[in-house]
Amino acid sequence: MSNRLINVLVPVISIILGLLVGAVVMLVSGYDPVAGYTALWNGIFGDSYAIGETIRQISPYILAGLAVAFAFRTGLFNIGVEGQLIVGWFAAAYVGMAFELPKIIHLPLALLAAAAAGALWGLIPGLLKATLKVHEVIVTIMMNYIALHLVNALIKVVAKGGFKTDKIHDTASLRSDFLSELTDFSTLHYGIFVALFMVFIMWFILERMKLGYELKSVGFNENAAQYAGMSVKKNIVMAMVISGAFAGLGGAMEALGTFGNMSTRAGFTGIGFDGIAVALLGANTPLGVVFGASLFGSLKYGANNMPNAADIPIEIVSIVIALIIFFVASGYIIRVGLQRIGKKKEAK
Amino acid sequence: MGGFLDILYFIVPISIAYAAPLIFTAIGGVFSERSGVINIGLEGLMVMGAFVGIVFNLFFVDTFGAWTPWVSILAAMVVSAIFSLMHAVASISFRADQVVSGVAINLLGIAIALFSVKMIYGKGQTDFIQEKIPRFNIPFLQDIPVLGPMFFKSVYGSSILAVVIAILAWFIIFKTPFGLRLRSVGEHPMAADTMGIKVNRIRYIAVIISGGLAGMGGAVYAQTMTNDFGHATINGQGFMALAAMIFGKWHPIGAMGAALFFGFAQALAISSSGIPFMQNVPSVFLYILPYALTIIALAGFIGKANAPKAIGDPYIKGSR
Repeated sequence: MSNRLINVLVPVISIILGLLVGAVVMLVSGYDPVAGYTALWNGIFGDSYAIGETIRQISPYILAGLAVAFAFRTGLFNIGVEGQLIVGWFAAAYVGMAFELPKIIHLPLALLAAAAAGALWGLIPGLLKATLKVHEVIVTIMMNYIALHLVNALIKVVAKGGFKTDKIHDTASLRSDFLSELTDFSTLHYGIFVALFMVFIMWFILERMKLGYELKSVGFNENAAQYAGMSVKKNIVMAMVISGAFAGLGGAMEALGTFGNMSTRAGFTGIGFDGIAVALLGANTPLGVVFGASLFGSLKYGANNMPNAADIPIEIVSIVIALIIFFVASGYIIRVGLQRIGKKKEAK
Repeated sequence: MGGFLDILYFIVPISIAYAAPLIFTAIGGVFSERSGVINIGLEGLMVMGAFVGIVFNLFFVDTFGAWTPWVSILAAMVVSAIFSLMHAVASISFRADQVVSGVAINLLGIAIALFSVKMIYGKGQTDFIQEKIPRFNIPFLQDIPVLGPMFFKSVYGSSILAVVIAILAWFIIFKTPFGLRLRSVGEHPMAADTMGIKVNRIRYIAVIISGGLAGMGGAVYAQTMTNDFGHATINGQGFMALAAMIFGKWHPIGAMGAALFFGFAQALAISSSGIPFMQNVPSVFLYILPYALTIIALAGFIGKANAPKAIGDPYIKGSR
C-alpha cells in the first residue's frame, strides 16, 4: 500500500472506528444505534434549515482547526486555541457594541480586534517559548483559564454588573438576510466566507511566502533551519501570533455572527479543544482542516437532534469525537495494521 | 491582631480543604511524568473520579452507611485507574502523541460522565449525597495554641489521607527500588532497558497509579465541595494539579506544598469579600493567580524546574 493511501486511510478508519464504538456504547446503554445515527444524520442534512445551521457551526471549527494546524507546522502545540478564541470573542463583541461606525469600517475593525486579541494571547506563550524555552503546552493551558476568568470579569465591567454584553450594532454584524432566507431562516451568516478566506490565507502563507517556507523549515528541523540562517525564535513567535489570530477570528464568528454578544461562562466552549481534532484529522493542511471542521461541525450540530428524535443524550457525540481523536493519535498502530494487510495481499 | 487571627482561622481550613484534591491528583501526575509519560489527562481522570464517587455514594449509601464516602473514593480510584489505561495504551504501546491522548482523555472523561448521568438521572446533574466525607478533631494537636484551631480542628479525613499519601509517595519514589526504576525510566529509558528494567511495564504502572490518584482527587473534591456531580463540578482542578506538579518540581512534597498554595489562592478567591483588606481586590486576580504563577514559575523566575528528560517520547526498543 502506498504511503499516500495510508495517510488518507488512517483518518477515515479512525472516523469509522469512532462511530462503531459509539454505536456499541449506545447498544450497551440500551439505546438504538440505528435510530441514534439516523437522528444525527437528519440533524445535519434533514432540511435546508439544518444544513444552514450545520454550515454556521462549521465556521468557528475551521478557524480553530487552522489555528492548531498552523502552529503545528512550526512544531508547536497550541492548546491555547480555546483561550485565544474566548478573548477574540470578547474583543469582537466589545468593538461591535461600543462603537458606532459605518459598516465598511466597523465590521473589519471588529474582526481585526478579535484577531489582535487572539494574537496577543498567542504572543505570550510564543515569546516565552522563544526566549526562555518554556514549554508552550503548559503555558497555553494556563492562558486558557486566565482568558476565561479575565473575560468573565471584563463582561461584568462592560455590562455594569450584568452577565452579558449588549448586542453588537448591525454595522458590525456578519448576519446575512440572504443566507438566512436561503436556508429557511437559519442563523447562517457570512462568517463561513471569512473562515474560507482564512483557509486561503493559511495556504498562501505556507505555500507562497518566504515566511511560510521558514515556518515549515523550523517545524521540520529546528537545527537545520538555524544553520541555514533562519531565526528560529522569530519564527516561533510569528507562528504563535498567527495561530492566535486565527483562533481569535473563531471567536469573532460567535460574537459577530451567531450570538451578537457574549455572556459570562462557567466553562470552556470546547471549540478550541475540538480544533485539535480538526487539525489532526486534516493532517495540518488548510484543505484538510476544512474537511475536519465539516465533520466535527456537523457532528456537533447534528447531535442536538438526538435527544428529541431518538431520546439519546447529546454527549454520545462528544464520546465519538474523543474516540476519533484517540484513534487518529494512535495512527501508528493503524498504519502497522494496514501495512500487514498490504503485505499479505502482495504475497498472494 | 485578633482580627487577623480570626481570618486565618477562617481561611486556612478552607485552603486545606481545597488543596486536598489537588494533592492527590498532582502526586498522580508526579508518578506518570517521572516515568516519562505526560499526563494532560488528569482533568478527565478527576472528572471520572468525581462522577464515580458521587454516583457510587448515592447508590450504596444504604449498604455502607457512614463508610460510604470512603468506599466511594476507593471505587473512584479503581475506575479512574482503569480509565487511565486508555492513555497508557495509546501513549506507551501505540506511540500516540501523549499530549493529544491526554486531551482525548479529558474530552472523553466529561463526555462519558455526562452521558451516564443523563442516562441514569434523566437530567444534567445528580442528586445531592447524604453521607459526606467526615471531619475530625485531631486529639492533642488541636489544643496547640494558634496552630491547633488552624490546622487540626474539624479537618476533613481526606485531607489527612492526602498528607499521608504525599509522604508515602516521596518514600516510594526516592527510597525504594521501584522508585529508582521509575525515575531511571523517565530520565534515560535506554540505559534503564540495558539494565534489564522493563521500561514499558514501569510506565504502564506509573500511568495507572496516576489514574487512581486523580480518581481519588476527583472523588474527594466532589464529596467535600460540591456534593453532587454536573458538567462544572470539576472545572480546571486537574490542570491546577498539573500546575502544582510543575511548581513542585515533579517532587511529591513539593507538589503538596504547591497544592496547598493553590488551595489558599482558591480559598481567598471565594472568601475575599469577607476579609477587610481583600475586599477591594477584584476576585478575578485571585482566580487567575494559580495559573499566572505557574507561567511565572515555568519562566524560571522561581528557580529552574527540570522535567524528566525522556518525557513525551515513546520508548522504542533498539532505536537511539
